Amino acid sequence: MIGSPYILGRNSTSAIMLKVMLALIPGIVAHAWLFGPGIWVSLLLCSAFAIGFEALLLLLRGLPLKPFLSDNSALLTAWLLALSLPTLAPWWLYAIGIGIAIVVAKQLYGGLGQNLFNPAMVGYAALIVSFPVYMTQWAAPVALADHALTLWDAFDVVFAGQSSISADAYTSATVLDTWKTQVRLNTPAESILNQPIFGWAAGRGHEIVALMYLAGGLLLLSLKLITWHIPLAFLLGLTATAGVLHLIDPTQHASPLLHLLSGGAMLGAFFIATDPVSAASTPRGKLIYAGLAGFLIAIIRGFGSFPDGVAFAVLLMNMCVPFIDDYTQPRVFGHPRKRPKPSKP
Amino acid sequence: MSSPDATLAPDSATPEIKPGAPSHGLISQETRDIIVNGLWTQNPGIVQLLGLCPLLAISNNIINALSLGLATTLVMAVSSGSVALVRNFIPHEIRIPAFVLIIAALVTIVELAMHAWVPALYILLGVFIPLITTNCIVLARVEAFASKRSTTHSVLDATMMGLGLTAVLVVLGGMREAIGKGTLFSGIDLALGPIAKDWVIPLAHDYNGFLLAILPPGAFIGLGLLIALRNRLLMRDKS
Repeated sequence: MIGSPYILGRNSTSAIMLKVMLALIPGIVAHAWLFGPGIWVSLLLCSAFAIGFEALLLLLRGLPLKPFLSDNSALLTAWLLALSLPTLAPWWLYAIGIGIAIVVAKQLYGGLGQNLFNPAMVGYAALIVSFPVYMTQWAAPVALADHALTLWDAFDVVFAGQSSISADAYTSATVLDTWKTQVRLNTPAESILNQPIFGWAAGRGHEIVALMYLAGGLLLLSLKLITWHIPLAFLLGLTATAGVLHLIDPTQHASPLLHLLSGGAMLGAFFIATDPVSAASTPRGKLIYAGLAGFLIAIIRGFGSFPDGVAFAVLLMNMCVPFIDDYTQPRVFGHPRKRPKPSKP
Repeated sequence: MSSPDATLAPDSATPEIKPGAPSHGLISQETRDIIVNGLWTQNPGIVQLLGLCPLLAISNNIINALSLGLATTLVMAVSSGSVALVRNFIPHEIRIPAFVLIIAALVTIVELAMHAWVPALYILLGVFIPLITTNCIVLARVEAFASKRSTTHSVLDATMMGLGLTAVLVVLGGMREAIGKGTLFSGIDLALGPIAKDWVIPLAHDYNGFLLAILPPGAFIGLGLLIALRNRLLMRDKS
């Protein structure tokens, strides 16, 4: 079928997904080391639910299980959602999030390749509008928690609820959340940043996790699984917007560095916004898509009612992708730069 | 509002109804067709997809859905009947403004009546009661059916279409309320007075609520699932 001058690519969907998951591992290990073993429980639960829902929907749609399950796309969605959600949340929160991601956002749209929206972010958005309380209780950094949880404790908390140990002993708000509530109380920026959950740049511990995601993202770049356009434009858009806001009013808006290293910014830039199905696909389109997503994140974080805006920004830009792609088609080699005006008859 | 012409297309796809067709038992074939069309074959909610604005906005619980559905049904029945009565006196060129005037007058009556007798419900439904005027399903039935057919059949058609819409609203409202709040018939006291306060059915204790179902996305997802369910049933019938 393929003639002689071509080289066959070795990347199957399944292998690409596995490599992306591999690139997430430094961040996951850092997370487990700095925030306790809760992440293993949420990753395990999300993966199990994702495979379950995917298999169920494939059965309902009358499709063969093996080829679709073994493309690993459901697993990657599960990992991305697990890493965006607080660890140590009740088990049903993961079930609902994965259910909406896999069933509604992916399979109801027609499965992998047909989904207009990033499934993990749809799951996240549905959870944060429905269960805001659970979505703001994050595992506290191990160094700060009154009670260090073992892996067994983490299972207990996730499945049995928070009956045996008080939730305050091992959870805390995120830095973005703290910043938002304290700024509304007119607390000066210095005293907010002096709170124990803040580290040298952003959330204590979270900075390292974000840097590990950055390292994983650079690995993806070097493997040529993603191009530089989306991460760069994403981070530049966020930095520029957050920087301008910070210059205008440093008491209301946190520094760009804090924005870059907190919340879902790094994970979003390299792993979520780069989703090959729901992201823009032309080079110029990628720059516009990701730049505007970064801009929206800073705006939502600065003025919106939710602490983090990565999910909403990515979903809003997913909506614009067909439009952006249509207007940024690259010039085909050998064709004139501008379309010749239609000659008058 | 979608153009009433759009509603003519599905109608024309159904078998031609011959006036005076042989009757089976008590009701004629024509009457039966009108009933089946309104409730199932041409259901405004899940087949024609008309009147979606109130359908999606108000269907967050059963009581809201039922009240607005019945109010719409009432307006539809009376306006279709009135239009069928006067259809031969309305010049063809200005029929749409004339229809809208008749509908608007009837909606105002319903609105004032609800304000007088069920004020709590009136406040809850708010702008969606006057908006019945602009609901395309009302004008669609008037234009596509009542302006051409006899008064009795027009009233029957509008009532069945209205009840079909109400049924979809109630099912959607029930789904959204059960999933979103974990209750059924919450707010029943607003419609029936304080005596009905205990008639709310809690489905689960300590239910956290699933806000997405109550919010607009829940309405779209729920409606999509209902349409899918109907298509599924039709596919099973065919095979």
